[in-house]
Amino acid sequence: MSTTTARDVARPAPAKASKARPRRGLRGNPTLNFWLFTGPFVIGLVIFIFIPIGWSIWLSFFEARYTVTPSKFIGFDNYHQILTNSNFVKSLGTFTVFAAFIVPTTWAVSLGLALLVHRMRFMKAFFRSVFFLPTACSYVAAALIWKMSIFNGVRFGLANTVIGWFGIDNIAWLANPDPPWYWLVIVTVRLWLQSGFYMILFLAALQNIPGELYEAAAIDGAKPGWQTFRYITLPQLRATSTAVILLLLIAAYQAFDEFYNLLGKATWGKPPLVELYNTALGTNQDYGAGSAGAVVLTLLICVVTLFQGKIMGFGRGEESK
Amino acid sequence: MTTTAPDISKPRKVRRGGSVIGNTGLYVAIGIAALLFLLPFYLIVRNALMTDPEITGESWKWFPTDIQWGNITEPFDDVTVDFGRAMVNSMVVAVLMTVGTLLICSLAGYGLARIPYKHANKVFYAVLATLMVPTAVTFVPSFVLVSSLGWVDTYRGLIIPGLFSGFTCFLFRQYFLGFPKELEEAARVDGLGYWGAYWRVVVPNSLNFFAAIATITFISGWNAFLWPLVIGQDPSAWTVQVALSSYMTNQTVNYHLIFMATAISILPLVFVFLFLQRWLVQGVAQTGIKG
Repeated sequence: MSTTTARDVARPAPAKASKARPRRGLRGNPTLNFWLFTGPFVIGLVIFIFIPIGWSIWLSFFEARYTVTPSKFIGFDNYHQILTNSNFVKSLGTFTVFAAFIVPTTWAVSLGLALLVHRMRFMKAFFRSVFFLPTACSYVAAALIWKMSIFNGVRFGLANTVIGWFGIDNIAWLANPDPPWYWLVIVTVRLWLQSGFYMILFLAALQNIPGELYEAAAIDGAKPGWQTFRYITLPQLRATSTAVILLLLIAAYQAFDEFYNLLGKATWGKPPLVELYNTALGTNQDYGAGSAGAVVLTLLICVVTLFQGKIMGFGRGEESK
Repeated sequence: MTTTAPDISKPRKVRRGGSVIGNTGLYVAIGIAALLFLLPFYLIVRNALMTDPEITGESWKWFPTDIQWGNITEPFDDVTVDFGRAMVNSMVVAVLMTVGTLLICSLAGYGLARIPYKHANKVFYAVLATLMVPTAVTFVPSFVLVSSLGWVDTYRGLIIPGLFSGFTCFLFRQYFLGFPKELEEAARVDGLGYWGAYWRVVVPNSLNFFAAIATITFISGWNAFLWPLVIGQDPSAWTVQVALSSYMTNQTVNYHLIFMATAISILPLVFVFLFLQRWLVQGVAQTGIKG
């Protein structure tokens, strides 16, 4: 159907278009064609992203429990409620701890793997695949393995079996917030799942570093190894590192799957998204407070993103395009 | 990803000399790391092919004493969770999502990159703005919207809201900006309009990029959890990930069944991985370009 519309639309235009721009461009009216191409996407964007955002902001000022067509305007009460809700505030703390662990470790592991794979002279493709393979695994599946096979709190879990060889007693990895062993479980599962993905980004960047730089460094007497890494490789990876850290932070903010599946009904270790899920879609179905929380969280993410962009110069490459 | 030229030329002089030990060390380190990365996959297979008493036994066993091939059909026979239905749901959702996203986002990306329209920049900024708003944070209002459309527990609800990815559109735009102008020039000489040029010249010459994005989209569609969890209120609308998650909250834990289901749920992606890896790697590397 759309093909015929395209033809019909295009037919009367050429004379005018070719007069306006005799050399450049394709046949057809650009404005009509622009909307023909981007229209469906823009309509979807409006319906499924902009309207929900607007609706969310609107809902956040109303009392909306069990209903999405509220009538009672309550101003900033939902914001007051969510910001004084100790669970929501605690969830921001949970996120901070999580990000403080997962961002640097993933950065280091994926960079380390990339450096190792990059140096290989044979079987490179094989090892790259091995480290990349967990990308195919879902958080749910990974959480299952971590919870039921590796960090099972009983004797047949792999972790407890291994520490048992050294005479250490079983640890209830997830069932106890004190000591917070659950962080080890949460962080390792994500580390396993996402390191390979970021490794590919680093590998691509490593391949783009001109070899002459290393030759020049060798002439200047830089020792291969730490010195070349510190003064050549790392600075050359700066742009990729910045992007990776930003992507890691955003991904950490969105953490839901593994927390939901690993910790289930536990009262600890709930990041913001799990908290919002419980608020809006849990037993209370408080859409007003849930929306207020979503607005707060979005603002927070924007601030962090912009702040990180400022200090790390993200987007500089973008502008130069 | 396949060009290894710079890395061979660079350290040749330096590394050849004292490198037997260094190289051995490198391969030992990478070998250990590789084993650690493969271990969870092995554990899935091991548990899937064992009996429960063997899994929960007093002593850890690396290999099943007697491989339980019969376990393979168990998730499909299980009465508590309709695993076969969940697999079908996931397949339908992931495939339609991939096709729809490719179509809608590539057209929009091309329009933004190549069609001269005076307000194109404003539209592009609107797309960029959505990148700032994490999709996962909008799940509450999106759910509200989708449920008021009556799309809860339907394929429509699972698929359609996910088709409008600002990020994918952005990637396509960046890609089309770099698409060689000469090819479109040829289309102009042939008297094609934008629409004709797009389908006859641009798309056939961009199949690699489309394959890369398709692979990534399929994987994220298959692995999605939060949205299907929200939309799949009735078990008949569960996707594979929601079904797996429900095993974890069940009262009775049936280890070999759970792990067999997990293994089956990963299988399609392992195939995607093995056959489409070239594009997958290329696509991921491409997403890094923006850095």
